Amino acid sequence: MANHVGALDAPRTLRDPTRSLRALGTLWRFCRAKPLGAIGGLLVVLMIGMAVFANWIAPYSYDETIRGARMKAPGAQFWMGTDNLGRDIFSRVVYGARVSVTVGFGAVLLGNFLATVIGITSGYFGGKYDICVQRVVDAWQSFPFLVVILSIMAVLGPGMLNVILALGVLGAAAASRVIRGATIAIIQHQYIEAARAVGAGHLRIMWRYVFPNVTATIIILATIGLGGAILAESALSFLGFGVPPPYPSWGAMLSGSGRSYMYTAPWMAIWPGAAISLAVFGFNMLGDALRDLLDPRLRGAGGGRLR
Amino acid sequence: MKKYVLRRLLVAIPSLLIASVIVFSLPRLLPGDVVQLMLEEKAYGKDLEELRAKMGLNRPFYVQYWEWLGKVVQGDLGESLWTRRPVVEELLRRLPVSMELGLLALFFAIVIALPIGVLAAVRQDSVSDFVARSLAILGLSVPGFWIATLVILLPAIWWGWSPPIQFTEFSKDKWAHLSQFLLPAFILGIASAAAIMRLTRAMLLEVLRQDYVRTAWAKGLRESVVVAKHSLKNAIIPVVTVLGIQIAQILGGTVIFEQIFGLPGMGRFLFDAINQRDYPVIQGVNLIIVSVVVGMNLLVDATYAFLDPRIRY
Repeated sequence: MANHVGALDAPRTLRDPTRSLRALGTLWRFCRAKPLGAIGGLLVVLMIGMAVFANWIAPYSYDETIRGARMKAPGAQFWMGTDNLGRDIFSRVVYGARVSVTVGFGAVLLGNFLATVIGITSGYFGGKYDICVQRVVDAWQSFPFLVVILSIMAVLGPGMLNVILALGVLGAAAASRVIRGATIAIIQHQYIEAARAVGAGHLRIMWRYVFPNVTATIIILATIGLGGAILAESALSFLGFGVPPPYPSWGAMLSGSGRSYMYTAPWMAIWPGAAISLAVFGFNMLGDALRDLLDPRLRGAGGGRLR
Repeated sequence: MKKYVLRRLLVAIPSLLIASVIVFSLPRLLPGDVVQLMLEEKAYGKDLEELRAKMGLNRPFYVQYWEWLGKVVQGDLGESLWTRRPVVEELLRRLPVSMELGLLALFFAIVIALPIGVLAAVRQDSVSDFVARSLAILGLSVPGFWIATLVILLPAIWWGWSPPIQFTEFSKDKWAHLSQFLLPAFILGIASAAAIMRLTRAMLLEVLRQDYVRTAWAKGLRESVVVAKHSLKNAIIPVVTVLGIQIAQILGGTVIFEQIFGLPGMGRFLFDAINQRDYPVIQGVNLIIVSVVVGMNLLVDATYAFLDPRIRY
């Protein structure tokens, strides 16, 4: 027995040289099986790269007014043209990825954490606790998303952290439903009974036996949820309740001056919208492909989203 | 059936009550209050306290809630703090606009989604399935307000024409009234159509694999009969449930679309009220929206029981 443990532990300290090769193989197989998912993944990587390296990619700063360059059409110097204040739109779109990625990941991390806690405990304990929790989730889901979030944002006031809080809490309800369903399926298995028989407590069973088995579900929900969160952030910013200026948010670029000057400078209204669409499309494609491969049971579960 | 609907009706009452507490307390948490805003902008009265007392805003929270609820039950939602007009009167004028937009959007969503969803499922993994699925993901990804912006912008640039964004009353010009809703309703319906299409496809695929469907094929029935009569009837049940959620989302979407297309509905009323901290209006609109959603869900539940005879409470 002791030998066994030693034999299992030893290779961990040495780096397995074939490991990265095998990872590449898995990646290649994924691209072959799900070409659309691979395109989605590429878009996601591009977007995250844009957010992280915005300082190096963008030729100008996001709030830099370039003298004599008001509403210039797209061309060699300004790839996406300039806006009514003479700011380079390409640079603003690149920096805008930062807002979307930050809000998206923040909201999804918070939302999925809440959803996991609610979903696993609700599915695991069942009974009256489950009934009560599920009624609250019901009520939460039947409120119009945008109406609730507008009201919440009006209370919290605009700001990136508040957008993350509001979107995270709102997104948790739908995801918790799916995680609850997965938990109920898992606790029927014999190994749960076995764990209980050897004296594992509730917390230990939930953490060591249930949680590892729902991680695939959580990853899929998070990927699809990211697209939804980015879309929701842009809608909020479009209505003026999102991330305040001058920091560029794609949604905010489409409202206000973007709308008033769009007839003379249509590129102001085109590029930010294209950026939102591509980013959300990427996350949705990737999420769909992951779901088909990892957990076909979830087909049709859909992503939380709003217009 | 009657008993089931009656039971659902009883369950709806406590959720409406909980919603009314939320609806009442939420606007009161807004930073900065209406009295300050009024004094700054319009210089009503001399000091804050006097104005607050005049509006009854200085009394304890539960007293205000109780009084409000009592009036609501009698159909009185108070009056706007700004225009001093009864909220109910304003709402009655605006509710039909939003309902027209929302129902038309739902109609478009279903009419687009069902045939495409069925086609994609029946011809699984064919080119049309691939196209339908990609289009659905695209429909879920592109923000509606961007499509709306492009629809107004691009024709204006290319042909110097843009869709009308002035509101025409039904009584003045019937055709102009209806046609101004078509475009916003269609765009508003796209996202719901994508969601409904995906679910229809997934559910139908599941049903098509069942034994009784194979039996139907084996009997030599035509494809249209197997799909429409045997399969779709069962596949549609979960889709109907999702309609309830879609109705709520569409109603939320009216906030943006009424703004863009200049329709004087509830969404725009709410948006303006939030900006002006007009409590009675925010409460009134939220309450009506929640009631409509709860009512629609009740209707969905009744349809559900009708479609699936196994459900009898």
